[in-house]
Amino acid sequence: MATKTTELATVGTHLKREATTAEGLQYLTFTLAGESYGIDILQVQEIRGWVPVTKVPNAPSFVRGVMNLRGAIVPVIDLRLRFGLESVEYTKTTVVIVVTVRSEQGGRIVGMVVDGVSDVLNINNAADIKDPPDFGTAVNTEFISGLVTIEAEMVMLLDVDRLLSIEEMFAMESIRGADAARATA
Amino acid sequence: MAIDIGQFVQTFFEESLEGLDIMEAGLLALPPGAADLEQINTIFRAAHSIKGGSGTFGFKEVTDFTHVMETLLDKMREGQLAVTSEAVNSLLESVDCLREMLMAVRQNTDIDNARVGDLQGRLTQLLERKGAASGTADATGHRGPVASQPLPPAGGWLIGFRPHLDLMHRGNDPVRIFRELAALGDLTVRPDFSRLPRLAEIQPEDCYLAWELELRGDAGHEAVTEVFAWVEDDCDLSIDALVETVVPPVTGKTAAEEPGQGELLLERRSGDRRKSDRRGSGAAADSGSIRVSIDKVDAVINLVGELVTTQSMLSALGVDFDMDRIDKLHEALDQLDRNTRDLQEHVMRIRMLPVSSVFSRFPRMVHDISEKLGKRVELQISGEQTEIDKTVIEKIGDPLIHLVRNSLDHGIEPPGERGTKPQTGIITLNAYHKSGSIFIEVGDDGRGLDRDALRRKGLDSGLLRPGEEYSDEQIHELIFHPGLSTAKQISDVSGRGVGMDVVRRNIQDVGGNIQIASHPGRGSMITICLPLTLAILDGQLVSVGQDCYIIPLLSIVESVQIRAEAINRMAGKCEVLRFRGQHLPILRLYELFGAEDAVTDLEKGLLVVVEADGRQVGLFVDDLQGQQQVSIKSLEKNFRRVSGVAGATILGDGRVGLILDISGLIRVNNAAM
Amino acid sequence: MATILIVDDSASMRQMVEFTLKEAGHQVMVAEDGLAALNLAKGAASDLVITDVNMPNMDGITLIRELRALPAYKFTPILTLTTESTTDKKMEGKGAGATGWIVKPFNPEKLLATVNKVLG
Repeated sequence: MATKTTELATVGTHLKREATTAEGLQYLTFTLAGESYGIDILQVQEIRGWVPVTKVPNAPSFVRGVMNLRGAIVPVIDLRLRFGLESVEYTKTTVVIVVTVRSEQGGRIVGMVVDGVSDVLNINNAADIKDPPDFGTAVNTEFISGLVTIEAEMVMLLDVDRLLSIEEMFAMESIRGADAARATA
Repeated sequence: MAIDIGQFVQTFFEESLEGLDIMEAGLLALPPGAADLEQINTIFRAAHSIKGGSGTFGFKEVTDFTHVMETLLDKMREGQLAVTSEAVNSLLESVDCLREMLMAVRQNTDIDNARVGDLQGRLTQLLERKGAASGTADATGHRGPVASQPLPPAGGWLIGFRPHLDLMHRGNDPVRIFRELAALGDLTVRPDFSRLPRLAEIQPEDCYLAWELELRGDAGHEAVTEVFAWVEDDCDLSIDALVETVVPPVTGKTAAEEPGQGELLLERRSGDRRKSDRRGSGAAADSGSIRVSIDKVDAVINLVGELVTTQSMLSALGVDFDMDRIDKLHEALDQLDRNTRDLQEHVMRIRMLPVSSVFSRFPRMVHDISEKLGKRVELQISGEQTEIDKTVIEKIGDPLIHLVRNSLDHGIEPPGERGTKPQTGIITLNAYHKSGSIFIEVGDDGRGLDRDALRRKGLDSGLLRPGEEYSDEQIHELIFHPGLSTAKQISDVSGRGVGMDVVRRNIQDVGGNIQIASHPGRGSMITICLPLTLAILDGQLVSVGQDCYIIPLLSIVESVQIRAEAINRMAGKCEVLRFRGQHLPILRLYELFGAEDAVTDLEKGLLVVVEADGRQVGLFVDDLQGQQQVSIKSLEKNFRRVSGVAGATILGDGRVGLILDISGLIRVNNAAM
Repeated sequence: MATILIVDDSASMRQMVEFTLKEAGHQVMVAEDGLAALNLAKGAASDLVITDVNMPNMDGITLIRELRALPAYKFTPILTLTTESTTDKKMEGKGAGATGWIVKPFNPEKLLATVNKVLG
């Protein structure tokens, strides 16, 4: 299903096939505000170009809205906003990575807007993955499952299930909402 | 004839998985300590069915495991085993284990025998702890009838068969027995007329004859006993080896008569026990499968056939089309339109089930409760063949139970208080289709709502203002308000004040609404209006800025343009429109939903007046767009429920449009006020 | 051939019994619980009833008692389908007026043999 190429918006979709033929762990890497991140390629459904989405009321700001993915209603998350980074204007090259988020209720499909997709990273030796540091990254370390250094560049491996879980996203929002309420009170 | 039972295995898996869900839901709802017999029985029944099916389809591990669970549940049901949280937890784990076993069997993979053994051991331990020795022996499957068996004699058997008078009342027939015996060997039948009374005293349905049967051949004792198995307790029977010098000892099994009386008791008790309420199935079957009658499937197949014909017609037209044939094209397109609509309707029908599946639980319930309350009530059911979407059916069970209980408890008067009305009260349950919706009515001929009491409560709670006049509808509406109940005393049948608000919410959750009409002394009638299906909706598209929303057509009263002078601003922000003699609150959708580039000047847009739960509000939008049927898609599947939004759909241009939840919006608005 | 009423709340059981009996040339009526069966029986006589015991809405024991009260079913053979080979479960049905029983699990051959035995 991820190998459909008929849709114009689809940028590159043959990732799954590669993933199944390669040994070891594979991560799709992408950039966000100059830093590199990786996500488990088995969770990547497809990569699409940005198309306008339908806004959803009363949602956190990082939820840009919902889009139609072959008949399914899929939320689209701006990862920059999710991490509390400054947002940038979307261009023709803005990319949405569609991922499967695993939860107790089953798999959910979520789109996430990133600056650009880089490459597929092969990690043949699990020992190459280091524990995340306690500080020093723009991203809350609880969403980082590990660090890999490739040719002097550091790639942060993201725990997508955690990062994009509904509970996690709305828990954060309700804290912010409470703060906002307190500020206006 | 060889019959392949493999073709039914799939159904077995489906119903077993459903059964496991029922067990799970039932176990979770089981309060430790108190044995809720109905609940336990529901769980037991699910286990029992799985055991029966697995045995038939040859899944021995599943049968053995379920047998232990069933034995445990049976002991609980009989009150021989306490419902402890330990037992419940073990059973819950067993449900999980059984689910895995079924999956393993289905996918032909290995069963985790270590886990099964461990759990089975723990269940057996629970059984043993209560000294239920026989159950344990049962559970381990080492029970085997090793009855002492006389060796088959060379000659055969001499059988004394003396039926009780009522043998034939249970559908048994001595002739059948003789026929079977004859199949085992050489049979001689000697009738004994000694019991035959005089002709005038003969009851034609009774069996007065007795027989002495001589069966020659090498048939075993067991085979002969087997023939009489069904009538063992309906006759005096002796089976003796055939010796040349016949000494017929008529040793009737008189002991067999005694258990007969005990059985009657046992059986009556079990009759009470088997209360017939399919509890827990509602929630459990949420994502389950559906069994569809062949007729419905055939209808769809026929329609697809028509569609294919239309398609080929259009293709043929397209090969060398010229304007002369435009009429033909129009005709074919009309046909396509008709086919599509028919097909859609029939596909929807696949999801429909007769409402009888919900109604059928009420006769028993009304019977039981009216007995308990000492009231005389007759339940009249009509329209039970009316079909409703499966999802809706699952959601209306509980609200209906509540409504019927209310009628029994508060509506129908006790005997002696019914004045000139017949002493037996009547509760009616009715379902019918009307103008694209389904109506379910729950009515009674009882005392009706107490208008004065409701009014007082309304005033006390500040919901009504003193000195103002209120219509009956407005007063009756109060019973749907949380915490308002006029029941003078608390009863364990309908409780107090909890409920009608929940009932209304449940109905609203499936896109329906509920209304009440009541006449003092003559009774009440509650009408529930439900959408035909949850999958398709007639919608009005409206634009707000760059966004497009869908308003369910059924909730729209009218659309109006606003003149600024008709608008009042109440207490700060809330705007109302003076409109047809009332004050209509205005909800600016762009504000509510944060839409950009929307029309903000009330005079430049449109107000769509919508109604739900007897309240009206005006939704301010930029403009109306087309009306169309939209298929409802869930936002929750990948995202979550959004207040004020009932779901989403894919618009003609491929974008997502949000479908508004009018009741929800009105509720939010009320809360804000 | 005979008309047989099958009552079982388990769809797989119903399907199997129905299929087997139809293959053998019988006419089959199916109900998924006692209540539905009783309603069916009120409108149509049958030559044989095969009913599960443990069912929602109306269990098999109650069904048998109700059927026996109908003139058309007074002498109709009624067999219970039971998973229990223990005596008290079988007797429960007998007490209500059942003719006999078929012990689950059973295969189509065993079912047909029993049915033929009853119908003659």
